Amino acid sequence: MSDGPAEPVREVRGTGIPVRGNDIDTDQIIPARFMKVVTFDGLGEFAFFDQRFDEHDEQQDHPFNDERFQGANVLVVNANFGCGSSREHAPQALQRWGIDAIIGESFASIFAGNCLALGIPTVTTDEETVTELQDRIEARPDAEIAVDVENEIITVDGETITVTVDDAQRRALVEGVWDTTALMRANTDAVRDVAANLPYVEVDP
Amino acid sequence: MSSGTLYDKVWERHAVAELPTGQTQLFVGLHLIHEVTSPQAFGMLGERDLEVAYPELTHATVDHIVPTEDQSRPFVDEAAEEMMAALERNAERAGIQLADPTSGRQGIVHVIGPEEGLTQPGMTIVCGDSHTSTHGAFGALAFGIGTSQIRDVLATQCVAMEKQDVRRITVTGELEAGVEAKDVILQIIRTLGTDGGVGYVYEYGGPVVDALDMPGRMSICNMTIEGGARAGYVNPDETTVDFLAETDRFREDPDRLETLRPYWESVRSDPNASYDDVVEIDGDALEPMVTWGTTPGQGVGITEPIPDPDDLPADKRESARDAQVHMRVEPGETMEGYEIDVAFLGSCTNARLPDLRRAAAILEGRTVHPEVRALAVPGSQRVKAAAEAEGLDEIFTAAGFEWRGAGCSMCLGMNPDQLEGDEACASSSNRNFVGRQGSKDGRTVLMNPQMVAAAAVRGHVTDVRTLSEVTTV
Ligand code: SF4
Repeated sequence: MSDGPAEPVREVRGTGIPVRGNDIDTDQIIPARFMKVVTFDGLGEFAFFDQRFDEHDEQQDHPFNDERFQGANVLVVNANFGCGSSREHAPQALQRWGIDAIIGESFASIFAGNCLALGIPTVTTDEETVTELQDRIEARPDAEIAVDVENEIITVDGETITVTVDDAQRRALVEGVWDTTALMRANTDAVRDVAANLPYVEVDP
Repeated sequence: MSSGTLYDKVWERHAVAELPTGQTQLFVGLHLIHEVTSPQAFGMLGERDLEVAYPELTHATVDHIVPTEDQSRPFVDEAAEEMMAALERNAERAGIQLADPTSGRQGIVHVIGPEEGLTQPGMTIVCGDSHTSTHGAFGALAFGIGTSQIRDVLATQCVAMEKQDVRRITVTGELEAGVEAKDVILQIIRTLGTDGGVGYVYEYGGPVVDALDMPGRMSICNMTIEGGARAGYVNPDETTVDFLAETDRFREDPDRLETLRPYWESVRSDPNASYDDVVEIDGDALEPMVTWGTTPGQGVGITEPIPDPDDLPADKRESARDAQVHMRVEPGETMEGYEIDVAFLGSCTNARLPDLRRAAAILEGRTVHPEVRALAVPGSQRVKAAAEAEGLDEIFTAAGFEWRGAGCSMCLGMNPDQLEGDEACASSSNRNFVGRQGSKDGRTVLMNPQMVAAAAVRGHVTDVRTLSEVTTV
């Protein structure tokens, strides 16, 4: 990756995968034992591992195991998704599994921030709409879904649903300015001034 | 919009610029790193040929993967050894101080920052760990960040953030014996919900919080994240300053404390500060809390019945039902008598010296139930040494506890300390998520350290107030 602006993410198109339940924490998305690594490579296969496999590594019922959802890239979840540990391993695992956008009732804030850093939109709507969408995907896994980040609209099989994208997130994705390292490196002098004005900071100017 | 709060003031002092995204670029006064979430960030930095901008403002330790039994190198677990080696390499190359197990200063990152005096009022503090909220106990603005943000901080000493709302939580009254800071925060989370804090920073205050020592305030701020808020803080006062005066940093340089004091006082929330929301919690009504479920919000007082999922708000019913199946509890029962296999005394919530002291007071002259495996894991090497200096280790071992080295240990089961099968654990940690303690069938019951000690003795969850030697905090 270069130290330049990021690619804009205006729209994500593909098919959906529903994962139901409130308060799905990042320990469930990627169990801690798979974090004993120094890179994020290869995390995709461990997404939701403990829900997908029993103690004998036999597959259990889980959308991530379901044949019908294997090519899906739009995850549809319920409330407070991604709560708990701040591990970026969670969105990294989802992204490496194939997820490009997440629609849900609400997201834990560190998780949403981590998603943004990877260019994954976290789009919100109400409980009823989410449940309906999940039912619909269950019924027709190959239904095409388009998540229009710029206009805050989801289209499913031609039908449109209004959703919410947090302002800062929308701007960052649409304008391709979600690479915050590059953005902030432009203000090096201002950083030095702020540091110099803080009585507790002891650095050589 | 809040105004005149500590959050507003510290935010303003650290704001560098408005970014094209509408976010604020915020200067970071203290960056803490550990072995699990930082190596990938150093990797990203390397890919871009960037250097660490302010290495003197970053401090490293190792906590999640360190074994707590035999800490000699190389670690037996190869993956753990590789992570440790990567941290050493990165810290050395960048000129970052590392508190490793040979330093005598190693420990859980949220225990060592405060005890070294690194954590101070009016600072912005970040770490790639959600429990960074702990440092808010000193009146710092402290929050957990993800790995890409660690890269940002390494490269620029800044994070990009949106300002949050501020909710003032006042805890009135006085805590009775056996009731601790841990019970206060479990009650707050139960009242406001695990997602009640999304979009908020919590300011804790009121007579109960004012009366707490710094470790107690840290226990409350620690679990702020379990309530969905990213940061929580307590306004700095004389308790804060007295604690800091005893840390290395200020013992060596007492003048510095006086130099910084005006700044610390200036960031306190104004008496007429305005908040986006205000909540009151009745401290007099609290009893020791225990969780019956698989989120920290699923808690009850020890004499209270476990709720019937049908009586809960609609959006909480299904997870409550699943949780009760997992935990094998029935509505209407209390948690008293719930059999345990393991007692875990540790974690960044409750493994500081006063926590260990209170647990030891319960254990003195008693023994751990023969069916229970009990672990005491001090939060840092210094806590361990201080506890040993006053003979606490002997009380623990005489009672039948294992006395371990410092680390995260069974709080998350990334080292060999893990639950096995469907073991039930009385735990002083902060998360009872399914699988959290290393076994996906494991059952975690969160409670305060005295309650863990009492459960270890009786072999089941029990009301510590029915034993003598209960301590008031
Ligand atoms: S003790 Fe537990 S909660 Fe605290 S930093 Fe370690 S793993 Fe995280």
